[in-house]
Amino acid sequence: MEISIRNVRKTFAAFPALAGVDLDIASGELIALLGPSGSGKTTLLRALAGLEPIDAGQIRFGASDATHLSVQERRVGFVFQHYALFKHMTVEDNIGFGLSVRKGQDKPDKAAIRRRAQELLDLVQLSGLGKRYPAQLSGGQKQRVALARALAIEPRVLLLDEPFGALDAKVRKDLRRWLRELHDKTGVTTVFVTHDQEEALELADRVVVMNRGRIEQVGSTAEVYEQPATPFVFDFLGSVNRFRGEVQGGKLKINGLSLGTNSPLAGAVDVYVRPHDLRLVEDSSPGLEARVLQVQRTGPIVRAGATLAHDGARVDVELSHLDPLTATLVPGARVRLLPAIYGLFPPEGDAPLKTLPDVVPNAVPEQRGSRARA
Amino acid sequence: MSENLDHSLQDPPQLPSEFGTGPLVRKNSAITEPAWVRWLLIALALAFLSLFLLLPLLSVFTEALRDGWGTYLSALREPDAMAAIRLTLIAALIAVPLNLVFGVAAAWCIAKFEFRGKQLLISLIDLPFSVSPVVAGLVYVLIFGAQGWAGPWFAAHDIKVIFAVPGIALATVFVTFPFIARELIPLMQEQGTDDEQAALTLGAGGFRTFWSVTLPNIKWGLLYGVLLCNARAFGEFGAVSVVSGHIRGQTNTLPLHIEILYNEYAFAAAFAVASLLAGLALVTLALKTFLEWRYADQLAAAHRR
Repeated sequence: MEISIRNVRKTFAAFPALAGVDLDIASGELIALLGPSGSGKTTLLRALAGLEPIDAGQIRFGASDATHLSVQERRVGFVFQHYALFKHMTVEDNIGFGLSVRKGQDKPDKAAIRRRAQELLDLVQLSGLGKRYPAQLSGGQKQRVALARALAIEPRVLLLDEPFGALDAKVRKDLRRWLRELHDKTGVTTVFVTHDQEEALELADRVVVMNRGRIEQVGSTAEVYEQPATPFVFDFLGSVNRFRGEVQGGKLKINGLSLGTNSPLAGAVDVYVRPHDLRLVEDSSPGLEARVLQVQRTGPIVRAGATLAHDGARVDVELSHLDPLTATLVPGARVRLLPAIYGLFPPEGDAPLKTLPDVVPNAVPEQRGSRARA
Repeated sequence: MSENLDHSLQDPPQLPSEFGTGPLVRKNSAITEPAWVRWLLIALALAFLSLFLLLPLLSVFTEALRDGWGTYLSALREPDAMAAIRLTLIAALIAVPLNLVFGVAAAWCIAKFEFRGKQLLISLIDLPFSVSPVVAGLVYVLIFGAQGWAGPWFAAHDIKVIFAVPGIALATVFVTFPFIARELIPLMQEQGTDDEQAALTLGAGGFRTFWSVTLPNIKWGLLYGVLLCNARAFGEFGAVSVVSGHIRGQTNTLPLHIEILYNEYAFAAAFAVASLLAGLALVTLALKTFLEWRYADQLAAAHRR
């Protein structure tokens, strides 16, 4: 089911959680809504489900207008971060709940509901656990039951709110891969919310990066990572260094170093370079001179902090331990750095980097509480 | 699907069997007192409890049975005593279901919705706890009494409120109102609204969601609240005393009956009736302990204490 979102707005008190969002989701796509706390990603997901009424705009499921449909009428599968399984029901009854609450001739008989629950248990690889209660399951199993329960109603779209947020790292990785396979098998249009960029990049077909109630960039995982549209996206998807430079006659100049660019910008610019897109070069080659402050090795990655010689700007470098020049990275040493891949943006002044927007309490209070406890 | 994936997602990890099932750390010497201090404190606590709780309770039963079973049973079979028992049961039968409905409704709306004046409502629910029951009784006399605001209207329609069953039921409802609501509010707040939202997205309507999701989630807390509410409804003295009028055999509840017997120096009879209330207290206590032991995780009280 394709979904189109047009100019959707939602304000909590005076805080705009959604400040005009437009998005088209193709049928069968797996989309990640990625952003920091308070970026509006969860609000958008809940608006899609009908759990959060919107102030303005339109949401269409396929050809039909869903803006004013009730939660029940929308027929969406929603999976919560903390599973929200009904703990007094068995796994089977949980999965069958959506079918058993149907009325009149839409309601399948008990045997059919049971059969459907079994099918879904098989699908989520929990066959044989149907008689258990949620308390007897691990976190990963619970979330798979929650997914099966959401799929039982044959949802038009599957919405997942930080589905792996409450799980530990190892289970999270496994479940991610598993969810991707499940999605490829069922083909249900799926939207999930995450603040974990790695999760978004690994799992999704397309990533929607959100900030302050707006969409900063929509693109394939490669696009948002390799060609960030805004400094925010650059900063949010991994760490980044910022240099001051200048574009003159199709060339980027950073303190005498001249690099090629096809940027339409001219004059002073901010140059964004990821730590692993900086190369160490020989003293004789062109590059930016920097002084190493500290070096730290984590497995195969060597990280170094340094300051640029010409303006004292702080710069982080990440190198493979196979790089022949890593041996020269010792505290106090002078090295030459060459940006290999970089992005140019209009200068933003001296605002320090890494200041993502404040956490804004846009969730309903009880949810905030449960998040804080998690 | 890969095979190894499944293993990592199997049952939650458990302690190896050689560690047994008890707590991993039994004793932390850093926060434990010497043995004699512990025993002294325990002995002090036990002595205090025996003197102020156990002894009075025992004396109720011994006094009641002082003149033998015959006197005991006849004190209970006496018509005035039977009338008092009946009235107490009626008052509780009216007050507890009403407060069950009010309590669930109040807790539901406080825990699941955001609105202006929520704090005020919570304070109002606590009002019967903070107001002296005598004042509560007087308020009802002021409203429904012969000289009260609504009294003449009721009198004109030949409805007796004060010095009759309705007044006693009203006073009991007022005094026992907070028990169920107070038990449910923290519990429902703790549980949040995720379960309800999940039910809604699965297509359940409002009533179905309440019946199949919310109610099962709070059932043990609800039972606990009903238990406390019932115990208080049986034992309420102050407010009921003001509105009852102490008409023997008609408007005397159990506690009022006990007081009258006591004032008339009918000690054996007074204690015999009192032993009924004490027995109820013990049953309530046992049930309450059972609930706390068995369903601790589903009771708000367990989180509060």
